[in-house]
Amino acid sequence: MQQGDTISAIVTPPGEGGVGIVRLSGDEAFAIADVMFRARSGKKIEDIRSSSFSYGHILDEKGKIIDEALMLVMRTPNSYTKEDVIELQCHGGAVVLRSVLERTFALGARPAQRGEFTKRAFLNGRIDLSEAQAVMEIVGAKTKASLRMASGRLSGKFSGKIVELRHKILDMIAHLEATIDFPEDEIDEVVLDDINLRLVIIKENIDTLLKTAHAGRILKDGLRTAIIGKPNVGKSSLLNALLLEERAIVTDIPGTTRDSIEAFVNVGGIPLVLTDTAGIREAKDEVEKIGIERARACAEEAALVLIVFDGSVPMTAEDEEILRIAKERDSVFLINKSDQPQKYEESYEKTIRANVTEAVVLQISAKTGEGIEALSHLIEEKVYGGELKGDEASFVNDVREADILRRASEYLANAMQTIENGMSADFVSIDLRSAWEALGEITGETVGEDIIDEIFSKFCLGK
Amino acid sequence: MKVFVAGEYDVVVIGAGHAGVEAGLAAARIGCRTLLATLSMDNIALMPCNPSIGGPAKGHLVREVDALGGEMGLNIDKTAIQSRLLNTGKGPAVHALRAQADKKRYQFTMKETCEKQENLDVKQILIEDVQVEAGKVCGVVVETGEIYRCRAVILATGTYLRGRIIIGETTYDAGPNGQRAAMKLTDSLNRLGIKLMRFKTGTPARVDARSLDYDEMEIQPGDDEAAAFSFMTDEPTRSVAPCWLSYTNEETHKVIRENIHRAPMANGVIKGVGPRYCPSIETKIVRFPDKERHQLFIEPEGIHTQEMYVQGMSTSLPVDVQIAFLHTIPGLRHCRVMRAGYAIEYDCIDPTQLSPTLELKNIRGFFSAGQSNGTSGYEEAAAQGLIAGINAAMQVKGGEPLVLKRSEAYIGVLIDDLVTKGTNEPYRMMTSRAEYRLILRQDNADLRLTEYGRRVGLVSDKRYVRYQKKKEEIETALKTLNNTMLTPSSETNEKLTAAGMGEIRTVTSLFDLLRRPEADYKKVCGLFGLPEISAEAAKQVDITVTYEGYIRRQQDQIERMEKLETKLLPPDMDYGKVPSLREEAREKLASVRPRSVGQAGRISGVSPADVSVLLVWLEKERRMKQEEGAENGIS
Repeated sequence: MQQGDTISAIVTPPGEGGVGIVRLSGDEAFAIADVMFRARSGKKIEDIRSSSFSYGHILDEKGKIIDEALMLVMRTPNSYTKEDVIELQCHGGAVVLRSVLERTFALGARPAQRGEFTKRAFLNGRIDLSEAQAVMEIVGAKTKASLRMASGRLSGKFSGKIVELRHKILDMIAHLEATIDFPEDEIDEVVLDDINLRLVIIKENIDTLLKTAHAGRILKDGLRTAIIGKPNVGKSSLLNALLLEERAIVTDIPGTTRDSIEAFVNVGGIPLVLTDTAGIREAKDEVEKIGIERARACAEEAALVLIVFDGSVPMTAEDEEILRIAKERDSVFLINKSDQPQKYEESYEKTIRANVTEAVVLQISAKTGEGIEALSHLIEEKVYGGELKGDEASFVNDVREADILRRASEYLANAMQTIENGMSADFVSIDLRSAWEALGEITGETVGEDIIDEIFSKFCLGK
Repeated sequence: MKVFVAGEYDVVVIGAGHAGVEAGLAAARIGCRTLLATLSMDNIALMPCNPSIGGPAKGHLVREVDALGGEMGLNIDKTAIQSRLLNTGKGPAVHALRAQADKKRYQFTMKETCEKQENLDVKQILIEDVQVEAGKVCGVVVETGEIYRCRAVILATGTYLRGRIIIGETTYDAGPNGQRAAMKLTDSLNRLGIKLMRFKTGTPARVDARSLDYDEMEIQPGDDEAAAFSFMTDEPTRSVAPCWLSYTNEETHKVIRENIHRAPMANGVIKGVGPRYCPSIETKIVRFPDKERHQLFIEPEGIHTQEMYVQGMSTSLPVDVQIAFLHTIPGLRHCRVMRAGYAIEYDCIDPTQLSPTLELKNIRGFFSAGQSNGTSGYEEAAAQGLIAGINAAMQVKGGEPLVLKRSEAYIGVLIDDLVTKGTNEPYRMMTSRAEYRLILRQDNADLRLTEYGRRVGLVSDKRYVRYQKKKEEIETALKTLNNTMLTPSSETNEKLTAAGMGEIRTVTSLFDLLRRPEADYKKVCGLFGLPEISAEAAKQVDITVTYEGYIRRQQDQIERMEKLETKLLPPDMDYGKVPSLREEAREKLASVRPRSVGQAGRISGVSPADVSVLLVWLEKERRMKQEEGAENGIS
C-alpha cells in the first residue's frame, strides 16, 4: 500500500542451492545496507559503483558476523523496481538467511508482500502491459491467501492474545479521547503515570510474543500437520505409530475419534504438530459433524496434510471427497493396512494420480510400523528441500507478524517516552493509535469507528 | 392553482439555517445570483438547541469556515456573551474555543448580513418540489405556485424535512420550536430516487431565569481573557453572562425511572435514530444505571431574555414528568418551565449518495448540506453549507470544485467520513475522528486554508494581506532561528542565565535553544535581537519548534497516504471489469464510487489487497490508453 517505503524479502526459493538472496528495495535500502553490511574494501555504498558486487560480511546489532555475503548495489532507476535496490547473496543456509532478513526489518524495512517487487516494477513503469495481468493475479491471489491466513490465525491462541492486548490499548485511547472531546463531562482524569504502567505491561507482552513469533518458528514451534481420512482407516493408529505410544483411542467403530487430538512428534529433528481428526463422511449426528468440519479446517490450517486410505477395502465416495480436500494442499497420500491383503492398492494409486499430478503415495501399516520410516524421510525431504508451500507461507506470515509486533512495540516505547518528556495526553494518543492500528493488521480489523464506539459504550457523555 | 415562473437564479438554497446561510452567502459572494429560501424570515440562523458555538472539533470547524471566507466566526464574535478556551491543559492541537451566543442577536446579525449581501435574495417561501431534467437540476416549485428556474439547488433543510415533534404522548408535524415543517419536499426527493433516512434529535426545557436558586449552583464564568473565532476579529468578546453548574440526584433518577414507560423512546413512538453523544436524560439513566449523578449546565439564551437552557437534560418525556424531575435538582427546585423539552424526528439523505463536493452523484447541480446530510450541530452544518455553496458556485461559473483533504481540514474529515462511510446516527465532529490532529489545529486554520478561500473568491484583500504578513513573519522567524548559531561564550551564557534559561555547552542554533521547555520566541527574540513579530506568528513559531518531532511524524504519515489520494478513479468506473477484487469490495466500490484510491481504502469492506488491485488496474488502463493514443497518432 505504501509505495515509497522500503521492502525486503528472500527472493530465492527456499532450500534450493547454496546461495540465498535477500533483496531490499526503496528509499532506505542503501541506508539499511550501510548499517548491516561491512564491505571488505571498507567502502560505503555511495562509493560503490552501481551494478557491481562487493564482498563483505553481514553484521548483527552487536557487530557480530551473521554471514559472509556478496552485495549487489543497483541505483534508481537502473534496477528491477526502478528504486534503489540492494541484493545480499548469502551462503549460510535457510536459518541464517532468515536472520539476515530479520536484520533488515529491525533496521526499518518492511516485509515485501507476495508479488510486491513486481508490483513496484510495474507501477514504476519498469515492466510492460503484457505482464500487468500476471501482476493482478499475484496480487489478487494474495487477497484469498491472506484471508485464509487471517481466518486461520483468528481462531488461534496467538490472535486471541493480540485481540486482548489491542483491547487494552483501545481502552486507554477511548479514555484519552473522551477527555479531549468532552472536556466538561464528568470523566475521571487520565493519569499518565497509570497509563505508563499499563504500557510497560502491554509492551512486555508484545515483546514476549515477538520472541516466539521469531523467524524460524517452524523449527521451534513445529510444522502443523493434519491427518485426515474417512473413519476407521487408521488415522489414530498412524498418529500412535508416529508417537510410539497409545495416545489416541483406536477402535474399529467408525467415528470414534470424535475430537481432534494434538500431539508433538519429532521426525528427523523436525517437530510436527500432529492433528488427528474425525473422518470425513456424511455426518449423522451433531458431534460427528463438528468433527468433520474441524477436519476440513485442520487441513486448511495445516502446512502438511497426511491423507489416509484403507487399502483393504474399495474406494468410496467419501474417499473421493477427501481427495478433493487434499488437492490444493501439500499432501502425502498413505494407503494403510499393508499388513492385510491389499486388494485395491492399485486402484487407489490410480485414482489418486489421476486427480493429483505428482502425488506422493506411500503404502504403510500403522499397526506394524511398516512404511513409517519412509514417511519420516519423506517429511524431512519436504521440509529441508523447501518443497512445502505451506511452510513458506507460514514463514512469510510469521515475519509479517513479527514486523507488526516490532512496530507496535516501538510505538508503545514512543508513547512511554512522550509521557516521560512531560507531554500532554493527546500526544500520547498518537502513538497509542499507531500501536492499536498496527496490531489490527494482524487481526485484520482497523476501523476508526471502533474508537468512537468504545468512547460511547464506556462513558456517559453529551449535553 | 396557477403555476408561474417567478424568477431565475443561478443557485437556490432551500433553508436558511447555519448550512443555508453559509451556502447562500458563499454562492452570492462568488458572484452567483442566489435565492435563499426560508420558512420564516424571523428564523434565519436560528439556534434551536444549545446557545453556544464551538468546543472541541466544532471550534476547529468554525475557524476553518472563517479562514475560507465563511460567516459563522465573524457572526459569533459579534454576538457572543462569553467565551472559554477548553482543553488548555492538553496539547495545542486540541485547544478549543467555545462561546455562548446571544441567540437572538446571533440570528438578527446574520439576517442583516444576508439581506445586505449583493446577489442574494432572501424569501419566505416553502419549496415543495425540485425540478430535474435530463439528470440536471432546472428549478424549484413553491407551494404558492411560483417556479424559480435555477442551475443549482442546495438542500439545507435541517430538521424541517417531514419534521415531527414528540413530547411524551403528544406528537405533531413541525419543525423545531413548533414551526412549519416541509412535508411535501420528501415526496419530491423520493421521486428523484434519493435514498432517505430518518433521524432524531432532542432538546431540553428552557426555564425562567428569575425562578432559579443561584446559591444552590456553582457559577461557571467565562475566561477573563477573551478570544475570537475569526482571524479578522481584533476586539474579541468580553464575558458578560455566566453559566451555572448543578447535578441530578437519586430523586431525579427515581422520577424518571418511575415514568420511563411514558418515554417515547421506550414505548416505540420514536422511530428515528438519535445521536449517542447527545442522549436524552432518560437514555443516560437507562444506559448508565450505576451513575449516581449527571451534571447539567444552566446557560443563558441571551441578554434580553429570561430563558435559560438546561444543558444535559434533553428529554421527550411528558411535560408533567419534565417539571417533576427538574424540581428535584438543586437550583431548579422552584423553576418555571418556559418551553418544554422535546424530541424531533426528521428526514435526511443518505450521504453516501454524495460526492465529496457535496453534490448528489446522480443529479447534476443538486447539492446537500448540514442536517439533511445526516449530521448534527451548527458548526458541522455551517462547514458543509460553505463547501456546498462554493461548489455550486464553482459549477455555475465553470471553476474547479473545492475538495479539502483529511490532512488539510476537519472539514475534509467530516465530508470524507460522510460520503465514504455514511452514518447511522446524526454525525458529530470529534477531534478523535481526525487522524492528523496535530496538523489540523485551530490556531493554524488560516495558514491551512486561506489560499483556498482566496482561489474561490471568498477571501477579501484585507484578509489575504493579513494572512500573507503572518505567514511571512513565521517563515522569516524560523529561518533566522535556524541560521543563528550561539557559541557557548561566557557572555552568551550570562545572558541565558539572567533570563532564567540553562547555559549552553556547545554551539547551538537558536532553533534548538527554543526547543527547551523554558524558552519561547518572545524571550529568545528579546535576548538576541530577532525580528519582532505578532503574538499570533510567535505562537506558530513556538508550536512549530516545540512539537517539531511529532508534527514531522504526522507529515510523514500524510505523505504516505497522499500518494493514494492523488490516484483518481474514473466516476464511471466499472468495478465488475476489475478482476481479482473480492465480491464485497466490488459491491461497496460500485455503490460508493470513490473519487480516489485513497478514499476507496477507507470504505469498510475494502481491504489493502483490494487497494493494490485497484492501483495495478489503474496503471494498466493508463498504459492501454497511452498505447492507443500512440497508435492513433501513427494512423
